[in-house]
Amino acid sequence: MDNLHQPPLVVTNLSCQRDDRLLFSDLSFSLNHGEILLLEGSNGSGKTSLLRILCGFREADAGEIFWCGEAMADSRYFADMAYVGHADGSKKELTVLENLKFAQALKQVGRYSIEQALEKVQLSGYDDNLLQTLSAGQKRRLSLARLLITDNRLWILDEPFTSLDRQGIVLIESLMAEHVAQGGMVILTSHHDLSLPFNAIQRIHLDSCH
Amino acid sequence: MSWIPTPISRFFHRTSSPPHFYALANRWLPWLTALFLLLLGAGLYGGLYLAPADYQQGDSYRIIYVHVPAAWMSLFIYVLMAVMGAIALVWRMKLAEVMLISSAPIGAGFTFIALVTGSLWGKPMWGTWWVWDARLTSELILLFLYLGVISLYGAIEDKKAAAKAVSILALVGVVNIPIIHYSVEWWNTLHQGPTVTKIDKPSIHVSMLVPLLLMALAFKVYYLIAVLQAAKLELVRREASSQWVKNLLETKL
Amino acid sequence: MSLTTAFFAIIRRDLLLAFRRRAELANPLLFFVMVVTLFPLAVGAQPNLLQAMAPGVIWVAALLAALLSLDNLFRSDFEDGSLEQLLLSPHSLSILVLGKILAHWLVTGLPLLLVAPLLALFLGLPQAAMGTLWLTLILATPMLSLIGAIGVALTVGLRRGGMILSLLVLPLYIPVLIFASNAVDRAASGLPVTAQLNILLAMLILALVLVPLPTSAALKMSVN
Repeated sequence: MDNLHQPPLVVTNLSCQRDDRLLFSDLSFSLNHGEILLLEGSNGSGKTSLLRILCGFREADAGEIFWCGEAMADSRYFADMAYVGHADGSKKELTVLENLKFAQALKQVGRYSIEQALEKVQLSGYDDNLLQTLSAGQKRRLSLARLLITDNRLWILDEPFTSLDRQGIVLIESLMAEHVAQGGMVILTSHHDLSLPFNAIQRIHLDSCH
Repeated sequence: MSWIPTPISRFFHRTSSPPHFYALANRWLPWLTALFLLLLGAGLYGGLYLAPADYQQGDSYRIIYVHVPAAWMSLFIYVLMAVMGAIALVWRMKLAEVMLISSAPIGAGFTFIALVTGSLWGKPMWGTWWVWDARLTSELILLFLYLGVISLYGAIEDKKAAAKAVSILALVGVVNIPIIHYSVEWWNTLHQGPTVTKIDKPSIHVSMLVPLLLMALAFKVYYLIAVLQAAKLELVRREASSQWVKNLLETKL
Repeated sequence: MSLTTAFFAIIRRDLLLAFRRRAELANPLLFFVMVVTLFPLAVGAQPNLLQAMAPGVIWVAALLAALLSLDNLFRSDFEDGSLEQLLLSPHSLSILVLGKILAHWLVTGLPLLLVAPLLALFLGLPQAAMGTLWLTLILATPMLSLIGAIGVALTVGLRRGGMILSLLVLPLYIPVLIFASNAVDRAASGLPVTAQLNILLAMLILALVLVPLPTSAALKMSVN
């Protein structure tokens, strides 16, 4: 379906305003297999708004988003993407395993089994722990496990490094590197710079967009 | 919108652009005001002076010249709001959102007038200010529906989201209005026995009917005037940062 | 996974959550019983008066209890980001929402059946009306969850949505109140109630079909 010449994600002339303030306008970019897009900018520059538009939570004031040549709403976009936001998106009264099983039921089963994914995010053995007994960093890693157990090509990560220690940051970067190496795509916002030598990394600096 | 003929869709497209609408509203308002005064004068003259007194109710029936048109308008405006809501949701037309929001307080006002005049009329009829009559009860529930729309819009800070929310609410409300109306009617016949409603007398004399229709038209035109005024204000408030509003302010100053 | 799996997964999850938070489970039920208890204290304990008021009192209390429990429907999902994940599912949001509403009813509406005999006893409702009371509860409480879901979906993003929620939802509850309490009233006098029950059933089917769509549209608006 999607040939190599046409990037799967194409965004054209996107603009967004909030409370009468123009956050960005005429923003166009595309993302190809194996690429990472890093959104930079100060607080309030519209990074999160852009991510929420890309998730379909927010409507852009102008512009369009295409996935594999089709408009986002008509395409398989939501079957192909996964999102980790500020909130965990998991229930604190459920165990790690119950949370992941539910996440799997909402999407398609992905590359890794739940056990494998927990091992990768260094949470193995925590299967039956209630989420409320985990630390903030562990919850964050659990959200990342959700990316691994569901079938997806595009990861959208909003500030994935918050509340993670050095080791956790290295973990995310290695997961991203692996995802990208297999042809996946990542869009993320971050205050940190990425430390791994990613060769295909696009940057959009939102402060300079208007 | 391919099934709509091009000239019509072009007209809608042009009219729905805020600056164009603003100018158009300004041009229409004096004419509408003149028409309203004409209709109101004729209606009141016909209703209060020319029409004979009712043989049963005497002069007190004359309140229908306010009550009935207000009651008609209360329902009419809610349906109109739902239509605007559908347009706003399907075609994302900003003007429809603005018209919906601007209509709500006017509709609530008409509903309130219908309730007050109904109760004033009820005093000589039933000997009490309030009777749980089916029509009055439905009207009261309609007022609640209007107040729900207004307070929901007020409560949501992001006005784009708020407009979407009230569009959904207006559509939900309009589906429910007939259900509420018939259930209240049914409830009324069960609990009270048939109430003597003086409105649906089988025949109404022409000399009474004509002023009533004139008043109904006058109320419709009044609604148009009020909604255009409110919509103008709402548009300017929403588009305060856009170029056309800035130009407008400069010419005014 | 398939839509059916997702539908049942969401019901299973919400029931499990309700079980884990079982301390909260009894609250609407207690509220229901307490509101009904207030009436004899307020209007006096004449058996005739109470019996005449019983259907209305029970149904008004059921309405208020449902209203009180509605906030749980989407609030915690909204706060912990689960709602966002729900929206990102490739499955139809309307069906998933229907699953949530069904789970909500199983947890808050169905238990009312358990305490209904107690209240009937308190208010002196004739034995003959008991069956009808149960039937109306079975037919009409799902509607309270369904119609309420639209209201909650519209107000879940608001910090103080509670008052507005009641303003939005209560007028829409009126037909349910009229037919359900009337059915119980008639049953207490030994009259047939088929018409009322049929109308309630028709309204329930209508609500089942029509409610998920505006609810999911409103949720999308609220997540924004």
